[in-house]
Amino acid sequence: MFNDIFLFVTFIAVLIAMAFPLGNYMAKVFYGENEKLGKLFLPIEKLIYRFAGVNENKEMNWRQYAVALILFNVLGTVLVFIVQLTQQLLPFNPQNFESVGTWYLALNTAISFMTNTNWQAYSGESSLSYFTQMIGLTVQNFLSAATGCAVAVAFIRGLTRKTTNLIGNFWHDLVRCTVRILLPISILLTIVFVQQGVVQNLDAYQTVQTAQGTEQTIAMGPVASQEAIKMLGTNGGGFFNANSAHPFENPTPLTNFVQMLAIFVVPLGLVFMFGIMTENKKQGFAIAGAMIILFVMMLGINYYSELNGNPMIAQMNIGEPTSMEGKEVRFGLGASSLFTTVTTAASCGAVNNMHDSLTPLGGFVPLLQMMLGEIVFGGAGAGFYGMMVYVMITVFIVGLMVGRTPEYLGKKIEAREMKWVMIALLIPSVTILLFSAIASVVDAGLAGLNNDGPHGLSEILYGFTSAAANNGSAFAGLTANTVFYDLMLGIAMLLGRFGVIIPMLAVAGSMAEKKTAPISLGTFETTSITFMVLLVGIILIVGALTFLPALSLGPIVEHVLMLQGITF
Amino acid sequence: MLKEVNSAIRMLILMTVVLGVIYPLGMTGVAQVIFPEQANGSLIYKQGSLVGSKLIGQNFSSEGYFHGRPSAAGDDGYDAASSAGSNLGPTSKKLLSSIAERSEQIRLENGLAENAIVPSDLVTASGSGLDPHITVAAAQIQAQRVAKARNLTEAQTLALIEKNTENPQIGFLGEKRVNVLSLNLALDEVTK
Amino acid sequence: MNAQKNSLDTKIITAAIGDSFKKLHPAVQIKSPVMFIVYIGAILTTYIAIREAISSTQSIFLVSQISVWLWFTVLFANFAEAIAEGRGKAQAQSLRTTRSHTQAKKLVNEAWQLVDGDTLRKGDVLLVEAGSLIPSDGEIIEGMATVDESAVTGESAPVIRESGGDKSSVTGGTRVLSDWIKVKVTANPGETFLDRMISLVEGAKRQKTPNEIALTILLVSLSIIFLVAVVTIEPFAIYSGTTIPVTMLMALLVCLIPTTIGGLLSSIGIAGMDRLLKRNVLAMSGRAVEAAGDVNVLLLDKTGTITLGNRMATEFIPAVGVSEEEMADIAQLSSLADETPEGRSVVVLAKERYGLRERDLNALHAEFVPFTAQTRMSGVNMENLQIRKGSVDAIEKYTKEKGGSLPADVRQASERIAKSGGTPLVVAKGEKVLGTIHLKDIVKGGIKERFRELRQMGIKTVMITGDNPLTAAAIAAEAGVDDFLAEATPEAKLKMIRDYQERGMLVAMTGDGTNDAPALAQADVGVAMNSGTQAAKEAGNMVDLDSNPTKLIEIVEIGKQLLMTRGSLTTFSIANDVAKYFAIIPAMFVSTYPALGVFNIMQLATPDSAILSAVIFNALIIIGLIPLALKGVKYKPVGAATILRQNLFIYGLGGLVVPFIGIKIIDMILVALNIVG
Repeated sequence: MFNDIFLFVTFIAVLIAMAFPLGNYMAKVFYGENEKLGKLFLPIEKLIYRFAGVNENKEMNWRQYAVALILFNVLGTVLVFIVQLTQQLLPFNPQNFESVGTWYLALNTAISFMTNTNWQAYSGESSLSYFTQMIGLTVQNFLSAATGCAVAVAFIRGLTRKTTNLIGNFWHDLVRCTVRILLPISILLTIVFVQQGVVQNLDAYQTVQTAQGTEQTIAMGPVASQEAIKMLGTNGGGFFNANSAHPFENPTPLTNFVQMLAIFVVPLGLVFMFGIMTENKKQGFAIAGAMIILFVMMLGINYYSELNGNPMIAQMNIGEPTSMEGKEVRFGLGASSLFTTVTTAASCGAVNNMHDSLTPLGGFVPLLQMMLGEIVFGGAGAGFYGMMVYVMITVFIVGLMVGRTPEYLGKKIEAREMKWVMIALLIPSVTILLFSAIASVVDAGLAGLNNDGPHGLSEILYGFTSAAANNGSAFAGLTANTVFYDLMLGIAMLLGRFGVIIPMLAVAGSMAEKKTAPISLGTFETTSITFMVLLVGIILIVGALTFLPALSLGPIVEHVLMLQGITF
Repeated sequence: MLKEVNSAIRMLILMTVVLGVIYPLGMTGVAQVIFPEQANGSLIYKQGSLVGSKLIGQNFSSEGYFHGRPSAAGDDGYDAASSAGSNLGPTSKKLLSSIAERSEQIRLENGLAENAIVPSDLVTASGSGLDPHITVAAAQIQAQRVAKARNLTEAQTLALIEKNTENPQIGFLGEKRVNVLSLNLALDEVTK
Repeated sequence: MNAQKNSLDTKIITAAIGDSFKKLHPAVQIKSPVMFIVYIGAILTTYIAIREAISSTQSIFLVSQISVWLWFTVLFANFAEAIAEGRGKAQAQSLRTTRSHTQAKKLVNEAWQLVDGDTLRKGDVLLVEAGSLIPSDGEIIEGMATVDESAVTGESAPVIRESGGDKSSVTGGTRVLSDWIKVKVTANPGETFLDRMISLVEGAKRQKTPNEIALTILLVSLSIIFLVAVVTIEPFAIYSGTTIPVTMLMALLVCLIPTTIGGLLSSIGIAGMDRLLKRNVLAMSGRAVEAAGDVNVLLLDKTGTITLGNRMATEFIPAVGVSEEEMADIAQLSSLADETPEGRSVVVLAKERYGLRERDLNALHAEFVPFTAQTRMSGVNMENLQIRKGSVDAIEKYTKEKGGSLPADVRQASERIAKSGGTPLVVAKGEKVLGTIHLKDIVKGGIKERFRELRQMGIKTVMITGDNPLTAAAIAAEAGVDDFLAEATPEAKLKMIRDYQERGMLVAMTGDGTNDAPALAQADVGVAMNSGTQAAKEAGNMVDLDSNPTKLIEIVEIGKQLLMTRGSLTTFSIANDVAKYFAIIPAMFVSTYPALGVFNIMQLATPDSAILSAVIFNALIIIGLIPLALKGVKYKPVGAATILRQNLFIYGLGGLVVPFIGIKIIDMILVALNIVG
């Protein structure tokens, strides 16, 4: 246990040490010219702009920004959709996989990767060609992350600019994020991963004669390059079905550590970048502080629950830890618990252990984190603007208590912003609840369950929560490749993605138009410890109040039942 | 609008080429040059024939081999083209009964007392179904059985376990663990 | 108005109870979306209760109880609003009696003609004589009169109104006590000050303020989320092998949606306006009251706000070779006929400090020489003796003409005075300069402390004055304002306001003159003095009936209080939900999963009693918080951080804890009364 806690503390320390300089760098990437590196990247970028025929210096208002973003993402979806259905005709298919089968599966996967969800209704190694993995999935891994970052970057412009309706140029933000941040770091990560044992080849699957004399087919592929961006872009879509539990995706505890860092570093870097851009680093620290408080709480619950394990298994004289089902020995309890908390705090969704087999409260943590909207560091970009939804709600409710019209960073939060912010809060929440409710009573929904009793409800809830929150991890027992689930989850992913992006871009546009009032003693401080605690409080209360009834019939009651020794 | 669509299409094509072709193929090239062994799956050859990957667990059921963890990958377990966990929840009857069964069998196979503690990794399926490792304790309770089946002393098998134990990386990353395939191959080496 | 304040309470309450029922009309209910959900819930549960009473043998006890309490919840919220409106209505009533039909003497074809007051239009010219009511708002174009304005201001002391200058406006409904005036009507019927005042206090045209709209959006969104959360319980319950009665779901929904703040929101706004009214300030819109809470900069006129009305003589500094007594004597002589406040203060100082009694000018055969813009001196001419007092330059010129000169020490003394922010007044007898009188602005007692408080509230104070920068700086330092605008012209004021607004600040100011009108209109909160001109009153968005420029500070506090009350009750309302969940969720599911009984941490007797207790608590808390909504959260002029901590402790933590205790007590009472098994 001491070892595990040492791991947790080291993780947070290393994370902060890496995210801070990255935040600095990102501020230069998005809002200025980074002298040295700029010279290196600028020609490549210019080439891209010229080829695409866009003027990266022409700024957009929020509507134009949203239109460009949506267009680009829709086209990306179409491409992934077509590639999946025609992969048998395309190169890099050593296993000669047929087309993925059904249009609804292809659609689900296409939406899933475009929305940065990376929900996997398919099984990578048994259905996708390397071409599909590279052209379809790897590309969207980059682009969906860059899209998320772009929204965060535009949002920060909205908060820090005065009396303008322009929030930046989408192509500029997209290209810079890809070329200057995601791609270089991914290359670095790929090399580290390969060194540790992640495969990177285009060979056919290897057949081996096992020691015991049977045959074993070992799946191969260009895994490391996809693994890098899968983590860095908080995508989480595994090359293989078992995702980061698979030894070829995550072979050593070191790769595991690096993968977790890669998930958090861009989201946290964005928070620090936000502080730099507001010319008050404390603004960033306050948000990061609230995130860390939540993270430690969630990790604590998950770890405590996993550590205590399953008393029914303990009764059978099984050694501790009793919660090893679905976990890998090389990671053990600590690194599994940490990974679970990290991947669902962010909108990554990669798993190094099977969440379906977590203890009830252990599974409650990822579920709740996703329900809250993945605002603890969160997805690349998505975490930041998701957190801003709660920041603005907190500032609004609490700001009133100091006797002023609530203002954030000197900008008044009025009816228009409140409307959009509440829409951004409402859409994912309502999607999760309504879709889960439907699935839990119709036959098509119930047919997919792998577990009975409250755990079955958790599987449904987890699925829609993961989709609406664009996480992509699963209580994977749910058989999700059916018309019903492929389509319902696909819609949930779209709602969860654009139901937040569009309102938040609107908020950015509306905030940019405002004047900025100077800070005075009468202003509600958003850099204090009080604010951090309040933000955490509002997040928990709003989230808990929304989802408590559903949660109490899922993981909460299952926990109590498990303690009483009741099975299903 | 048409102009925007046009731009978006061109941007997508260019990005696809850079990120979907140049990047993965380039990285494959680099990997094949600097870390060819790892890039190709850390494969183990024995007398020229491929016997497995250091990273991928295999099915071991005979008495003379150390057994790995239960696996839900593929129909028979350890199908390295079909990784998967069991996805059974903590209140699942199925999970609890298979754990009960497995622990019974392990106690029986290894001649343990009826209420002897069985290491949990030996009775639970791994996440990938391809976990190449077991805990040191899980290897040790099998030491006697393997020794007997191979006509070795328990001390010899224990020493082999010790030799094939991987330690945490950088001192704190990961658990102490035994690679079952390496251990069994070493075992084959000793008793050849 | 102040006089009528007491003894209204019982009347208001009785009327409010009646209004609570009148407000049950759906058209009224829909205005508050949160309460509308409760309203629908009440109707629905009533229907279920009736249906079950007729068709089912099951006990309808719980459903009827819940139905009754939902109706109470709606009624309590109605009552809160009605009682907040009550005072305004009562006031409007008494104002209406003032506006009773009056006759007016109107100028028609060069002749005065008696017409009905209601027929007057803008531009008509009237003659109002002593003893009669002024029939409409207007501007005096000729004459001067004493006017009793108590009907509007509550102030019984009559005021003087005269043509020209800043005291030329008269308000319809006030009475001329002496003399006569010619008045040009400035308002059409229905648009007079009195009319506007009536509709304001009645709240007839009350519109939601910007912040109220934003808050409503928040509350409605939360309600939608809770609605979905509650509706989806049914399918989840079905999955779990049970069904939850609609009544129970309705009860949970009503408990979760923010009814506390939803039910009290409009009363908080009305009460805020009412608090202003009690301080004799009429706000033309709720928007202005809200803006007052946000004010960053207060522009305050020096005279009357920061300093006592006028400069006072504080010191006589004789020239070398002149005794203090001689100088005081001559200075007093020079001012005996001078009726300006400055002149009076010279006489008083001489009397107090040197024991010099006032003398009768007539007995001295003295002739008063009044101040003119050309000479910039005043004084008296006696036989062989000419005494003058005036600015340094004027006296220097005067004595030079007579062959004298200004002694160096007098010049020095004058410069010293000017530097200290005072005004030097040089006294000369014939060609001889006797010395300097130090005239000083007297800063009002306690004003410095007020400004310090404002600074702690984060509000910057700016003094506006016509003085030169030197004088202004000295007074600004003495009064402790943050900044000043010297030699202020209307254009300079306007520009200053715009500059502040450009920097994102909200500006409040007071004004009374016509030349203040542009600035008043530009300011976010412009408070016009009731004594001021019609133009000023129309430009501002508030009118201070007491014409007290310091009122601005109180207005700011009321604005802040209004916002704080909303925030605090919202926090309280949301925090309450935690306890309600702990009451209702176990009760709902305990039959399916008895294990969930562990969450019944309040140990409520039965599922029925738990749900009923939560609903009852939810209704009663509205009644319990009405006084707070009407009075407002206590405001202290301290920094935001301190206020926040206090309010969080009371309303945040309180909001978490109070319902646990409240629900438990109600549950115990229900059990004790054997109402639930």
